[in-house]
Amino acid sequence: MKLNERSVAHYATCDSPTDHAGFLRKRVERHHHHGHHGTSYQRRWFVLKGNLLFYFEERESREPVGLVVLEGCTVELCEAAEEFAFAIRFDDAGAKAYVLVADGQAAMEAWVKALSRASFDYMRLVVRELEKQLEEACASLAACRKSPRRSSSGRRRHLSNPALPPVQEKQHVLENGYSTWGSGPDRDGGYTKPPPLPPRRRSAAGSSVPALQESPVSPETTCFAKLHHWYGQEIAVLRQEWQERQKRGHP
Amino acid sequence: MPAGLTVTTLFSFSVLKKRLVKLVVNFLFYFRTDEAEPIGALLLEHCRITKEEENVFSISFIEEPERKYCFECDSEEQCQEWIEALKRASYEFMRRSLIFYRNEIQKMTGKDPLEQFGISEEARFQLASHKQ
Repeated sequence: MKLNERSVAHYATCDSPTDHAGFLRKRVERHHHHGHHGTSYQRRWFVLKGNLLFYFEERESREPVGLVVLEGCTVELCEAAEEFAFAIRFDDAGAKAYVLVADGQAAMEAWVKALSRASFDYMRLVVRELEKQLEEACASLAACRKSPRRSSSGRRRHLSNPALPPVQEKQHVLENGYSTWGSGPDRDGGYTKPPPLPPRRRSAAGSSVPALQESPVSPETTCFAKLHHWYGQEIAVLRQEWQERQKRGHP
Repeated sequence: MPAGLTVTTLFSFSVLKKRLVKLVVNFLFYFRTDEAEPIGALLLEHCRITKEEENVFSISFIEEPERKYCFECDSEEQCQEWIEALKRASYEFMRRSLIFYRNEIQKMTGKDPLEQFGISEEARFQLASHKQ
């Protein structure tokens, strides 16, 4: 399966917001050549950005060795032999779970909390809620300013309300973070050019309408299980080949 | 075939290939038209969506802006719909929207709207980008 790995690696290592980072031990099921199975833990550097959990061999590594898309999953404490263990489990039964071990109680709790709120859907939920609140705040502001001569037609609570702040499509869109990073100390002042409001989910869409922001909790999230497996597999194969070469060189 | 999917064509080294393209959160998956498993995906962070010629849009990424993934749609309308959907598809876009709304509501009402949810201290909702 193809992926734009270079872009993914770039995103993983660039200075866009990191929501959480730290060392965790990741459980690995080993399959030895004589059919014996074993469990071991590998220490990896984990970086959470948005709904993506990357892990690196070392903190300074330039490319992640794995990627977990945090959609359609639950994060729960784990009844493992290891203390401070938690698991990321997917709704898709075929997808493998990730068992991770933190350094201590506080670290474990911080990770579980960060990961539980990492999904795209959760972010979208909060955005919609704030969008609604902003509409309401504007509407009540408009109602206060209304001239007494106008007939009170009630507060109009939809996006075309002219009392809304200038969040029009005409505004320059910072597309997908393309031009944001490293653009200097553009904090509060920088947000005078607001992004357009996210579109409402269309109802009764015909087949000609593109799938706008599909719900992550859907059969389509099996795509992610495949992506996780593929991403980790490539690296595992390369590592195995390297190890084999090393063994042959050292009798 | 589930409703909502659109069939477009993908140029790859100037060869047109018909693919089923599906937007799932911040990923664009593409499939051969008769297969259930995707053959590829594009992570839609730090990318630019550009209108090209008629019915065509492209996706390019910040670290390799000359490399364009082109998509031809059935109509100009469909093309515009995809462009709008893809521009809003990144997690970073949503994060910026949220920070903007939070700021605006705070200015208008004097209250932080995230407090009621108990998430005002969450790293992901802060204005300043931070490093761990």
